[in-house]
Amino acid sequence: MKRYAVHILLLIVISLVVTACGGAPPATEVAPPPAATAQPAVVSPTDAPPAKGEPYKIGAFLSVTGPASSLGIPERDTVLMMVDQINAAGGLRGPDGLMHPVEIIVEDDRSDSTEAVLIVKRLIEEKVAVIVGGTGSPASMAVIDTVTAAQIPFISMASAGSIIEPVADRYWVFKTPQSNLPVAQVQADWMKARGITTIASVGVNNAFGADSMRAMETVAANEGITIAYSATFEPGDTDFSAQLTRVASSGAQALIVHATPGEGAPLTVQFRDFGVDMPIVHNHGIGNRAFIDLAGADAEGVLFPIGKMLVANELPASDPQKAVITKYIADYTAFTNGTAPSTFGGHAWDAMKWAFMALETVGPDPKAIRDYVEGIQNFAGISGVFNLSATEHNGIGKESLVLVEIKDGGWRYVSPAEYATTP
Amino acid sequence: LISSSDLVQFLISGIVVGSIYALIALGFVTIYNVTGIINFAQGEFAVYGAFLAITLFQRVNLFSSNVQLDLGLPLPLAALLAIIVTTLLGLLLYRIGIQPARKASILSMIIITVGAAFALRGLALLTWGTDPYRLPAFTPGPPLRIMGAVMTRQSVWVVAVAAVLLVVLYLFFNYSLTGKALRACAINPGAARLMGIPTQRMATLAFGLSAMVTAVAGIVIAPTTFMMYDRGLTLSLKGFVAAAVGGMSNPAGAVAGGLLLGILEAFGAGILSAGYRDAISFIVLFIVLAIRLGGFWRRSAVATEQAGL
Repeated sequence: MKRYAVHILLLIVISLVVTACGGAPPATEVAPPPAATAQPAVVSPTDAPPAKGEPYKIGAFLSVTGPASSLGIPERDTVLMMVDQINAAGGLRGPDGLMHPVEIIVEDDRSDSTEAVLIVKRLIEEKVAVIVGGTGSPASMAVIDTVTAAQIPFISMASAGSIIEPVADRYWVFKTPQSNLPVAQVQADWMKARGITTIASVGVNNAFGADSMRAMETVAANEGITIAYSATFEPGDTDFSAQLTRVASSGAQALIVHATPGEGAPLTVQFRDFGVDMPIVHNHGIGNRAFIDLAGADAEGVLFPIGKMLVANELPASDPQKAVITKYIADYTAFTNGTAPSTFGGHAWDAMKWAFMALETVGPDPKAIRDYVEGIQNFAGISGVFNLSATEHNGIGKESLVLVEIKDGGWRYVSPAEYATTP
Repeated sequence: LISSSDLVQFLISGIVVGSIYALIALGFVTIYNVTGIINFAQGEFAVYGAFLAITLFQRVNLFSSNVQLDLGLPLPLAALLAIIVTTLLGLLLYRIGIQPARKASILSMIIITVGAAFALRGLALLTWGTDPYRLPAFTPGPPLRIMGAVMTRQSVWVVAVAAVLLVVLYLFFNYSLTGKALRACAINPGAARLMGIPTQRMATLAFGLSAMVTAVAGIVIAPTTFMMYDRGLTLSLKGFVAAAVGGMSNPAGAVAGGLLLGILEAFGAGILSAGYRDAISFIVLFIVLAIRLGGFWRRSAVATEQAGL
């Protein structure tokens, strides 16, 4: 029996090694740009019923399971909804005048960066014209080298500023969510109005948390705010008493947290249990229902900056985003049988919309798509009014954010006039 | 920059976390003593205990939202039922996993428990999905303050439940006939069998008892740390380190090992960085294994031969 056990173990190890190697195609292989048009000259573009063209292929990798699933599931549903809508309308009208159905390949990276890289390599082999996805900043960061080597444009749905900076090394990479720097600027505006000069900053130890904490440090230095205590916790940590102890005795007037609901919710619960008397401010990582569901009554009074969608019904009619946000909320709610949309689904909407606009204008040529996306101007999406350029691969800033307070199990818009008295 | 009240706080946090490690370590020791097996599915019992209690207590979506349950039992009843079901799960693990392979080496049986851990985790993933779940605090309210430090009410529950269980187990092992029989199996399995103690049944009992203790641990931590399908592995490893520190076969040692590990982790995380929390437990494990290298396995082999398991 013992020998059998050893044999079985060996078999398992060998099969693991084999699958690991099999999943990794030669990394340096550069995918040739797919032929732009299949049958352009034959069909006249003036024909009344547009003829069918070759499908346009879009690849998506999202964290549908794992710790980031509360972000990835609305992203997946948004992507599928948009493709359904386009195909129901006959597809995208390409530059050749043909109607091209959209073929979407959605893969689950299980909130695992390694898995994300393997998926992206597969998507590139499938000759997709553009890749969207990267629910979490770690997964988005992990695939940058792969898409750059293959020269395929990648539109990320994650927020870390380092996904698109330095721009010189991120030629093929764009992202739709606000960076962490403008988020920290909104937090600093609130602190100044509220008379807070000393804060504690605690964040998750991954690409997202580190980027957000760095942004906070930069902004604090500029605004004369002291960070009395700064600490990290590991992804998947469950006990935050050590950090909260130091926060309580640090002399800070407010706690700034950089996390997603997976760790952000238990941290908030333990912070309230501790009975520390200071406001707790999160960043935009917790802008979904899951955070409120998990933290329950302990979420009440939590402040965080986020895109306008959560408080869409409080926006003035003159807001350029109001129409597009309202339509997205209605569409998404209908598509998912009553699930309310989240900001993260909004990031997916913006990314897919960019891909659609590019495919309609320039067709499935990766280089042309990249150039098109870099030139997007005055595009009113879900997260903001985007203006991209060769030096700016995100295109939105502080103006696209609002401060939101969690109140009565929902979100409430906090106008700048109220900063001084909230919470 | 670290005040004395911070140090008291680390000590309290360490004792709270350590109590959980101690309960899981006790689970390890109970099984190890009677069968010589190190049960790496131990932490899964904590996950199942908590998940079952949550399922019975509140509205949940199971099997990717295909099944919606809203049983709404009172919390104490939900917890009790969850503990009973998890205990049965422990019995089942022995009956269908370990007992058919009782002629195999101890190493093979340990690998079976590793396989069982994967299977249980997969089943939890299919049933409850990847979302974290939470129970409400048993008695909500402001925390207690001790020498400038804070102890949440749920922490009091954790420590109190652990202490009560430890006392009950102590009385059970030392004063009840079944408990004495279990100890006899641990001390000398061969002689125990000759004295008419059914060692097979004792081994089954050990698995059930061990699952029960660990399920309780899972339920009492669910309000503060939440529960996710993949927590079992970490809990198993921490419990194993605690049991190893305590000498693997000694219940009192397991408790001391759990508390020591919890306190070391709390001070390490507080004074150095939270990133060192896991590193500390594995350094402790490394030191213990280096000192007692091979000790467990040798005893395991002897024990099994004698028990005829």
